[in-house]
Amino acid sequence: MNEQDQPSTEVDVVVPGGGLDRFPNPGLPAHQPRLADLSEAGGRRAERQVAALFAVSILGTLVFLVAYFAVPMDATFYLPGVGETYGSHVLLGVGLALALLGIGLGAVHWAKTLMPDTEVVEERHPMRSSDADREDAVRTFLDGGPASQITRRPLIKYTLGGAMGLFSLPLLVQVVGSLGPNPQRSLYMTYWNGGPSDPGDHPTFKPLRLVRDPENTPIKATDVTIGSVFHVLPEGLLDMKDNVLEEKAKAAVILVRMDPSVIKSQKEKDWGYEGIVAYSEICTHVGCPVGLYEHTTHHLLCPCHQSTFDMTDDCKVVFGPAGRPLPQLKITVDDQGYLVSAQPFTEPVGPAFWGMEK
Amino acid sequence: MNALAARRRHPAAIAVLIMLALILTGAVYAAVAPRPAEAATVSADQVAQGKQLFVANCATCHGLNAEGRSAGAGNLAGPALAGVGSAAVDFQMGTGRMPLAGPGVQAPQKARQFSQSDIDAIGAYIDSLAPGPTVPNAEMVDPTKGDPTLGGEIFRVNCAMCHNFAGAGGALTRGKYAPSLFSTSPTHIYEAMETGPESMPVFNNQNITPEQKRDVIAYLKAIQDAPSPGGQRLGSLGPVSEGMFAWIFGLGILVAAAVWLGKKSA
Repeated sequence: MNEQDQPSTEVDVVVPGGGLDRFPNPGLPAHQPRLADLSEAGGRRAERQVAALFAVSILGTLVFLVAYFAVPMDATFYLPGVGETYGSHVLLGVGLALALLGIGLGAVHWAKTLMPDTEVVEERHPMRSSDADREDAVRTFLDGGPASQITRRPLIKYTLGGAMGLFSLPLLVQVVGSLGPNPQRSLYMTYWNGGPSDPGDHPTFKPLRLVRDPENTPIKATDVTIGSVFHVLPEGLLDMKDNVLEEKAKAAVILVRMDPSVIKSQKEKDWGYEGIVAYSEICTHVGCPVGLYEHTTHHLLCPCHQSTFDMTDDCKVVFGPAGRPLPQLKITVDDQGYLVSAQPFTEPVGPAFWGMEK
Repeated sequence: MNALAARRRHPAAIAVLIMLALILTGAVYAAVAPRPAEAATVSADQVAQGKQLFVANCATCHGLNAEGRSAGAGNLAGPALAGVGSAAVDFQMGTGRMPLAGPGVQAPQKARQFSQSDIDAIGAYIDSLAPGPTVPNAEMVDPTKGDPTLGGEIFRVNCAMCHNFAGAGGALTRGKYAPSLFSTSPTHIYEAMETGPESMPVFNNQNITPEQKRDVIAYLKAIQDAPSPGGQRLGSLGPVSEGMFAWIFGLGILVAAAVWLGKKSA
């Protein structure tokens, strides 16, 4: 123990740095003997407590074993505070918990009441090794080169260097490789462009019927009454074998009908059909589905971050973190009265990205 | 039989026969004729009684003839009710939302204020103003006849964004909320979809067919009745309540254990 680590007994010791030690070092508190150390009765009491905890563990294990074999898996019972629940689950869980907790708590209680409680001050040694040890270490390191013969066998040196150098490539390639290729046009295109859109594809636009999700049935304009909301996908999307979710994540549309007199934007009226309007259901903030339509206020709310869009006014953002209005899908009806798309989305759906045209 | 045969040439026989044939035709027609489920139970008396109840209890906000009233600039005291149908009346009054407890952003659910026969009477009166959706019959809302798997799919696309994946409800804008569906009766679920109460949009029969509505009811009934294998559901709210429980209780127990372990025994 160094000099400065000794507990001080004097008042007003000048400490290195020039300040005053404001109060005396109280030192370690006096050792308090435990009840079990003072009397045999106290020791027996602690013994009984530890034994009781171990007995709880034994009981828990028995409960577990009995529950495992005797309680049917699908038997339910009413547990206050939880409701109707499976008896087997509850008993297995409680049994295992008691079994483990009993051992753990018993061991700790044993250690704290009966095992020796001698208080030991562990002294702090200087971190620095002795000079001899340090010199020895340096010598061992320097001897390593000649001893391993790497200095006089250059073939090993260069192949090892090559192997380790080359191994950095798989790590680098993963990072660099995932930086490209650019998504190209796929961020600008959805299934409404006329079909699945892989990067580089240029599907030709054709009017697609609006179909219900998940029923996959087309929607007549007359089906959409005022105050109705439909969750819509382009026809054909749900028939795809692969990439259904990827396409759905871009093509989902929410369709509502409002009284045309409440629609403030002329463009919104023109792109809709007699008050039926279709907007991308993908939030322009981080791409959650914006499905909470309040038909009294015509507000469309995103459940993730509470972005709120005004459906009567081009789905402009009236609250929340979304940066731009939801894109509108221009719709019309075909000769059988079904709603169809009149053109693809004219701007990217979903969250904005680097390089997106304003 | 002989006595009857002997009188077959009686002058009144033809009249009796025609009479019997007419009665039989009428009875058969009455038995097989298509008719709306509610039509048979509505009487003029019921409409009159409904109007009386309406004027006494509802007209303050909805107007003496259910034409709606405004409470100052832009504020609606109560909407016009022609055409909302007895389904809307049964939902709003049956769940205790109407009569409204007080002005606010949303009518809270509370104990029902009227007997079912009074509610039916007011419904009949509202139906007499203009046709609208009527109360579904027991078969239309019978959960045992629906397909909960299909209903779950429809629920997740159309309802779960507001009512939560387990029907636990959720927040909307400016203090409005989608209520929990844990204890909503099948009839009220059906009526809510059909009439679109308050903020909720309408899911008419062309959007979600009556059979699909029954499937949704079957799904909700299935999750209402399902035992909770994982123990306490913590409101079925997902990671919010579960995370809070883990941080407060899980971490709390660990901290308490650490303090106990490190504490001197005497």
